Amino acid sequence: MNNNENFGKKVLKYVKANPIVVMLVIVAIIVGITKDNFFSWKNFGNLMSNTAVRFLIALGVSGCLITKGTDLSAGRQVGLAACIAGILIQRGDYSGRLTSLPELNMFIVLLIVIVVGAVLGLLNGTIITLLKVPPFITTLGTQTIVYGLCLVATDAQPIGGFQKAYTDLINGRIGNTNGFHLPYLLFVAVIAGFIFWFLYNKMRHGKYMYAIGGNEIAAEVSGVNTTKTLMLIYTRAGIMYAIAGWLLAGKSGGASTSMGLGYELEAIAACTIGGVSTTGGIGTVGGVLVGVLVFELLKIVLQFLGVNPYYNYIVQGVVIVVAVALDVRKYLAKK
Amino acid sequence: MSEFVLEMRDVSKSFPGVKALDHAQLKLRPGTVHALMGENGAGKSTLMKCMFGIYSMDEGEIYIDGEKTSINDPLEAWDKGISMVHQELQPIPARTIGENIFLGRYPMKKALGFIPVVDHEKMYEETGKLLKRVRMDFDPKAKLGTLTVSQMQSVEIAKAVAGNCRVLILDEPTSSLTQNEVEALFRIIEDLKKENVAIVYISHKMDEILRISDEVTIMRDGQYIGTWDSKDLTTDFIITKMVGRELSNLYPKRDNVPGDVVFEVEDFTSINPRSFRHASFNVRKGEILGVAGLVGAQRTELMEGLFGIRSHVSGTIRYRGKELKINRPKDAIDQGIAMLTEDRRGSGIMGVLSVADNISIASLNKYVDHGFILNTKKIAELVEENRRKMNIKTPSGKTLIQSLSGGNQQKVLIGRWLANDPEVLILDEPTRGIDVGAKYEIYCIIADLAKQGKSIIMISSEMGELIGMSDRIMVMCDGRVTGFIDGKDANQENIMAFATQFE
Repeated sequence: MNNNENFGKKVLKYVKANPIVVMLVIVAIIVGITKDNFFSWKNFGNLMSNTAVRFLIALGVSGCLITKGTDLSAGRQVGLAACIAGILIQRGDYSGRLTSLPELNMFIVLLIVIVVGAVLGLLNGTIITLLKVPPFITTLGTQTIVYGLCLVATDAQPIGGFQKAYTDLINGRIGNTNGFHLPYLLFVAVIAGFIFWFLYNKMRHGKYMYAIGGNEIAAEVSGVNTTKTLMLIYTRAGIMYAIAGWLLAGKSGGASTSMGLGYELEAIAACTIGGVSTTGGIGTVGGVLVGVLVFELLKIVLQFLGVNPYYNYIVQGVVIVVAVALDVRKYLAKK
Repeated sequence: MSEFVLEMRDVSKSFPGVKALDHAQLKLRPGTVHALMGENGAGKSTLMKCMFGIYSMDEGEIYIDGEKTSINDPLEAWDKGISMVHQELQPIPARTIGENIFLGRYPMKKALGFIPVVDHEKMYEETGKLLKRVRMDFDPKAKLGTLTVSQMQSVEIAKAVAGNCRVLILDEPTSSLTQNEVEALFRIIEDLKKENVAIVYISHKMDEILRISDEVTIMRDGQYIGTWDSKDLTTDFIITKMVGRELSNLYPKRDNVPGDVVFEVEDFTSINPRSFRHASFNVRKGEILGVAGLVGAQRTELMEGLFGIRSHVSGTIRYRGKELKINRPKDAIDQGIAMLTEDRRGSGIMGVLSVADNISIASLNKYVDHGFILNTKKIAELVEENRRKMNIKTPSGKTLIQSLSGGNQQKVLIGRWLANDPEVLILDEPTRGIDVGAKYEIYCIIADLAKQGKSIIMISSEMGELIGMSDRIMVMCDGRVTGFIDGKDANQENIMAFATQFE
C-alpha cells in the first residue's frame, strides 16, 4: 500500500517535471489506438533506427550544452561526414563515381570521417577556449565553413551507388522486418549511450564537465583544466557527428549536401526536452535519450495523423519553445 | 503633517533558512543625514531593498509624510521621491553622462509632429544643470568611461537627485574614494541637506558617521536596536550595540605556535599597473597572517595573483626555499597551496551540483581506480568525514549546494581545499555573509588548521576578526604592502594608519 503511494508520488513528480514528455506519450498512445499499423514491429523498428542516429548527434551536443556552450555546426558536420563517406564508399564500377581512388573498405572510411570530425571539433574547441569567441558565434562560423567544404567536396552532386555490404550492414537487423526485430543501429546507440554514461558519471572528465557548466570560474580556481576539458568535449562532439554521418549515408543509401540540415537544432531541442538545462551544469544521458525518443515519436505521430509535412516544422518549433520555456520556469520558481 | 518624511515600521522579511529582517524600523527626518549601521548581514541592505521595492516585505508598513503607502518596484520608489546610489556602481561606460543619467526616462519630443524621438538637446541641457548641482563641471556629452570612480559616483548622485528626490540612500559611498574625494562628497551631502533631502547613509566607517550624520540607527541580526542622536554617541558605544556582546568572546582561544618561515613572496608585481606592486611578505608554519586594507587596496588581487588566477609580471614565490612557478590555479594547487576565494557564488560554489561534487572537485585525482574510474565510495567517505568534522548541515551528499545556507556552503568549500591537504591556505573574507554562529565555527576550523602547522593567510575587512584571529597583520594600501603589525599590538588606529598610507 505504502509502496503504491510512493509510486504514485513519483509518477506525479515526473509528470510535473516533464510535462512535454508525458503529453507526447499520451498523444502517441491515442494515435496508436485510433490508427492501424502504429503499434507495429515495422514502425517500432523505424523509430529505433531513426532515434539511434539522432541520439549519437544529441550525445555529442549534450557536452557542449552542459558546459553552457552550444554547437550549431553539428548538422553540417553530419552532412559533411555523410558526403565524404558516400564518396569514398561508392562502388568501384559505379558510373557516377566522384573519385578515382580504389574502392575503400567501409571501416577505413569510418576512420577517415572520424579523423575529419575530430579535427573540426578540435577547431571549434580551440576557437572557443583560446580565442575566447563565444560558442554560439564560433559554431555559427564553422557551420558555414563546413557547409562550404561539403559543397567543394561533392561539387553539389548527389552521391549514390554505395557498396552493398555497407548499406546492408547499416540497415541490418536481428529478426524479420515484419516480426519482432532489433536494428543494428539500436546496438550502436546502446553502446554509445553506455560509453557516455560512464564518461559523465564515472570519470574525472565528466565531473569536470559538470563543474564547468555549474561555474566555470570556480572550476578553474579548483584546478580544473577548463581549456583541455572543453577542447575534449568539442572534439568528441565532432567524432559523434562523423559517426552519425557515416551511419546516415548508409541508412539512406545516398548522400547529398542538404543532409543534416537543421539536425543541430533538433539535437539541442531534444537535449532540452530531456532536461539538459540551458543554464549549464545539468543533464543526463538518460534524459538525452528520452528527449530524442520523444522528438522522433512526435515526427512519427504527425506522419500517422496525416499532417501535411510542411506543418511538421511548425509543430516541432512550438514544441521546442514550449519545452525551453517550461525548463526555464523550473529554475525561476526556485529563486 | 508628520515630522518624518519616511517611516518604515515593523518590517519583517525572511529568505529560505534566514530571517533577514525581524521587526525592523527606520524613521527619516527631512534635511538630515541618518546613518544606518550594523555588521555585515545585520539586514541594512535588505531593509533598503524593501524601501526601494526590490524586495517585498513579509510584514510591515511604509509611511510617507505620515500616510501609509506601498512601494512595489524601484520605479514606484522613484516616483515617490526615493532614490539610491548603490555600493557597486552600474554605469554604462560606453555611453555619455547624459544618457546614463536619463537612462530609461529620456525626455521625448515629436519629430515631424508624430514620431516620438529622444530630445537630446533637452537631455543635455538638463544634465548640465544636474551636474552643477553636484558641483561637477563636465561636458554632459562626455563618455562616462572617461571619468574616475568618484566622478562616476557624483554622476550617480546627480542621477539619483534628478527627479523630485526626497530620500536619498547612499550605500557605502566612500568605500572606493580617497580623502579628498570624500570631502567633495560631504560638500554635496551638505548641499542636499539644505534642499531638505533626507539622506540614509550606510557605512562602516565610524569617523565619517560621527562627522556627517545627525542620527544613527543601529541594527543587529535583522532586528532594530535603536536610534540615537549622533552627537551623543561614541565609537565604543556603537560597536557594543552593533555586536551586542563583549568582543573578547567572539573568537576561539588559539594555541597555535608559529614556527619557521615557510612561504615567502618577494617583489610581486601585477601585470596591471594600477594593481598590486612590489609586494613582499612571508608566512610562518602554523601562523595566521591577517591581511588588512581598505576597499581598493588590492589585497584580493595580490592573493589571486599568487594563486595564478591573475597574472603577474615579476616577483618570486618560495615554499621552504624552493621557488614555485604558478601561472594558473592548477599549478598552485599541485604545489600545496589552496585559496578560498572572496566571491563564494562567483568563483566558489557550483550551485546546481551536489555537495559531494563540490567537495571533491579539486581532489578527484585522489579518488581514481585503475587510472580512470572514479571511486564513488571514497568520495562518499570524504563527504561524510567533512560533514562530521565541520558540522556541515546538509541532508545528504547528493543535496544541491545552492540549497545550503551561506555558512554551510563555506564549510563545504573549506572541505574542498582541505581534501588536498595543502600547506598554505589563503582565505579571502572567509566569514563574509555568514551568520554569527557559523562564523565562530569557521574561526575554530581556522585556529585548528594553524595548530596543525598549516600556514594561513586571511584577508578580512572586519577589523575585529583580523585583530581577534591573526598572529600578525599585514596592511596594504593602494596596491602596496605598507606595514606589518603584531597581532597582540594591533588596534583599529594603527591598522588604519597603514591602510591610509597613500603615495
